[in-house]
Amino acid sequence: MNLLDIRNLSIELINDDQNILAVDKVSLSMKEGEVRGVVGESGSGKSLLAQAIVGVLNDKWHVHADRFHWRGIDLLRLPMAERKEILSRDIAMIFQEPMACLDPTTTIGEQLSEAIDDSHLTGFFWQRQKQRQTEAIKLLHKVGIKRHTACIKSYPHQLTEALCQRVMIAIALARKPILLIADEPTAAMENTNQGQIFRLLASLNQLKSMAILLISHDLENITHWTHTITVMYSGQFVEAGTTDQIFKKAMHPYTQALVDSSPLANLHLPAKSRLMTLPGSIPILQHLPIGCRLGPRCPRAQQDCVKSPAVSNFHGHKVSCHFPLLTKPKRG
Amino acid sequence: MTELLKVEGLTKSYQSKGFWFNKQQTTVLDSVSFAVKAHKTLAVIGKTGSGKSSLAKILVGAESATSGQIFLNDQALKAGSYQHRCQHIRMIFQDSGTTLNPSLTIHQLLDEPLKLNTPFDDKKRTELIRQTLQKVGLLGDHMNFYPHMFSGGQKQRISLARAIILQPQVIILDEALASLDPSLRSQMINLLLDLQQQMGLAYILISHNMGIIRHFSDDIMVLSDGKVVETGKTLDVMTNPQHKVTQKLMMNQNFQIRGKK
Repeated sequence: MNLLDIRNLSIELINDDQNILAVDKVSLSMKEGEVRGVVGESGSGKSLLAQAIVGVLNDKWHVHADRFHWRGIDLLRLPMAERKEILSRDIAMIFQEPMACLDPTTTIGEQLSEAIDDSHLTGFFWQRQKQRQTEAIKLLHKVGIKRHTACIKSYPHQLTEALCQRVMIAIALARKPILLIADEPTAAMENTNQGQIFRLLASLNQLKSMAILLISHDLENITHWTHTITVMYSGQFVEAGTTDQIFKKAMHPYTQALVDSSPLANLHLPAKSRLMTLPGSIPILQHLPIGCRLGPRCPRAQQDCVKSPAVSNFHGHKVSCHFPLLTKPKRG
Repeated sequence: MTELLKVEGLTKSYQSKGFWFNKQQTTVLDSVSFAVKAHKTLAVIGKTGSGKSSLAKILVGAESATSGQIFLNDQALKAGSYQHRCQHIRMIFQDSGTTLNPSLTIHQLLDEPLKLNTPFDDKKRTELIRQTLQKVGLLGDHMNFYPHMFSGGQKQRISLARAIILQPQVIILDEALASLDPSLRSQMINLLLDLQQQMGLAYILISHNMGIIRHFSDDIMVLSDGKVVETGKTLDVMTNPQHKVTQKLMMNQNFQIRGKK
């Protein structure tokens, strides 16, 4: 059974004059203990997707989906209170800028103990305070912070960014989630720190078999850590498959362009030669092209591309394109 | 070919406030020396706090060095010679969105350095702005737009236009490519390489991304705690790093490559 099964999720921004379809029929399914990467450039709706899963979008955004199952439970049919209870118990999210997301006016220790639920504590109320403290310290140890006394007493601005990110992860782990959504956990971080955070997430995945939804704008950064990848462009589903399939046998022109444009993947190219790129830039939400939104930039675009392509499935490798790049002739 | 930009024994240190006895000195840059030729790119790498950004600030003249000298075409740059310096050494910052004044049009933004540094009249300046915008892949008519009307990649192109409009010889890219989306980033790299060939620019590239550095730069300089620990041709250093700091930086990159094979 799939952990998370989303079919044709659309997110619409309700405006006075014009409704904008920010995410257009995106499907996503995750198995237990899987690390799935969601890759897309800015404005591709990947963060919106994550926020829709956690249910933190405000009333301006309309979310509807054909199917939205969490471990077999249809979340969209449940009343709001029950849905929130399930989501907050099983799913945790870490946000993009750890420094900005932590409360600057309270210490790390207070913020951590706030996240610990009463159900994890035993004993009488006068023992709780102590238990909370030890629990918070345990959480800090789990994310690899050894100097817990100094950390607990400090405010977010006194810690480095990587440490703040670890604290965020610790807060997310407080309720022992089954799915952790990491929205660009390493944006604007140094290489060495990036490695640390990714290694921490990978060890959590292996030891606790926690599923992770890893959102990033950079394909090359996350390929080492993910099992499967979903690629999005401008709110549309592009391609999904295992990391190998995406990286070695990309079928969608956009994925191919992403792979080609990354300098790390082009180690065979001589230095200072021209890199392959797509012409033009990402369309803004107010002026989206009809049909396949890659259309105006796509090197393989033809007349059919003004209609939205259907998703075709090649042995679990899903691609949404009228003219996919196929190495072998199409079967079945 | 002679060196375009030569730096000798550049040192920068800050004095923390305190009494006579416990005055403390922090040295950010410790006698850094290097040279860049025209048409070449020097990459500067290092961890946070290794003095990369201080080096960029000193070169461009935003801060003064404690000691050491900078030569541009064998001519020493003095602390006060901003007129001369800002014509020849320009800088592009990391976040182009916040470095463009939102209340000025692109025309006004690009006009400012021309007004201050050149004797051209209005017509000539406008013509030059039009040419420069076309050079970086925008349209001449874009000059009447405001910065908020552009996307991130286009803003980065405008910062590039602002940098090259005075026909400089050296451009400093302080993490200028880090915040761009991958497809725009490779567009930008192509553009920068083209301009380098056309105008004979020398770049000083400060970056974390080893892939870009490998593709873009000829020489590499590794900084650690303000000291130069390793220099050499990019490929030599990358394939055979000698110093511990360099090895560590390369290792971080290597496992990322290995993951894809």
